[in-house]
Amino acid sequence: MNEHIQAVSEALQEQFAAQVMEFRGQTSLLVPPEHILAACRILRDEFDFDMLRGQTVVDYWPQQEPRFHLIYLLYSLPRHMRLSLRSPLNGNYPTIASVESVYPNANWHEREVFDMFGIRFEGHTDLRRILMPFDWVGHPLRKDYPLGYEEVQFSFNYDEIDRRKPYARE
Amino acid sequence: MGVEQKLGNMGVVTLKLEQVVNWTRTNSMWPMLFGLACCAIEMMSAQAAHFDMSRFGMELMRASPRQSDLMIVAGRVSRKMAPVLRRLYDQMPDPKWVISMGDCASCGGVFNNYAIVPGVDEVVPVDVYVAGCPPRPEALIHGIMTLHEKVRGEKIKDWA
Repeated sequence: MNEHIQAVSEALQEQFAAQVMEFRGQTSLLVPPEHILAACRILRDEFDFDMLRGQTVVDYWPQQEPRFHLIYLLYSLPRHMRLSLRSPLNGNYPTIASVESVYPNANWHEREVFDMFGIRFEGHTDLRRILMPFDWVGHPLRKDYPLGYEEVQFSFNYDEIDRRKPYARE
Repeated sequence: MGVEQKLGNMGVVTLKLEQVVNWTRTNSMWPMLFGLACCAIEMMSAQAAHFDMSRFGMELMRASPRQSDLMIVAGRVSRKMAPVLRRLYDQMPDPKWVISMGDCASCGGVFNNYAIVPGVDEVVPVDVYVAGCPPRPEALIHGIMTLHEKVRGEKIKDWA
């Protein structure tokens, strides 16, 4: 762990009770969800992490509780350093503060997270679905979302499926 | 050596209206300029110099559905794209035809999940299915020839 990352980890540990995790030289900080906005602001303003490279979620259902880990991938252009923040979220439809006010590009990232996982962001200016149709029901990347496989038409069951398959008319 | 000599100077060919209309339709069937995925690359190369669909009067890909006769659904159709596709189809003037190009458009192909429409025939009526992943330009041209054959066989009573 280099000096800058070390300083960052210590600061966040002290202020927000963050836990430091390291894996193969990559550092990630486990930040409680209520502090995520403040942590992002400090990282941007005081520690040069001026770019949000990505925002994503892992759904650990049913192995782990809390089931969602919201992940922020930060990058520092002047220092050429990467850092990821993880925020464990309780419950099936959790709410967390939006970081759009710190990183404006979080707007679309958070819309995608909302669309795919159903996590709501407080303070987001335009929380709509971004990938799925607006009238879609459910959040497809959750582990408990039904796969919805369609039965494949082979020669032995062709007629049977043909009878109930919807076809378009003129 | 051709029909001109047999006819002499008459300058007249007798044909059924059905045949002559169908013949004109097959030889200037303009496809709509749009592609949805990798099949579109093969469609483009079918249009380009090597395969050259202009041999069949199809050199013009129209960028507007109002001017096109043929919709080639080249690629997988997502659930979000499906209403757009149907709207494009509805905007095309009659007579219109649809070719479902490739496995994804025909039956969902390798995609069997929430996001992809399993077969574009749920959205628009399809005339010819072209198999392949993606089909080679020859296969697409064969599909178009098959469609031409179908159009040539259309009956006057079905036009309305």
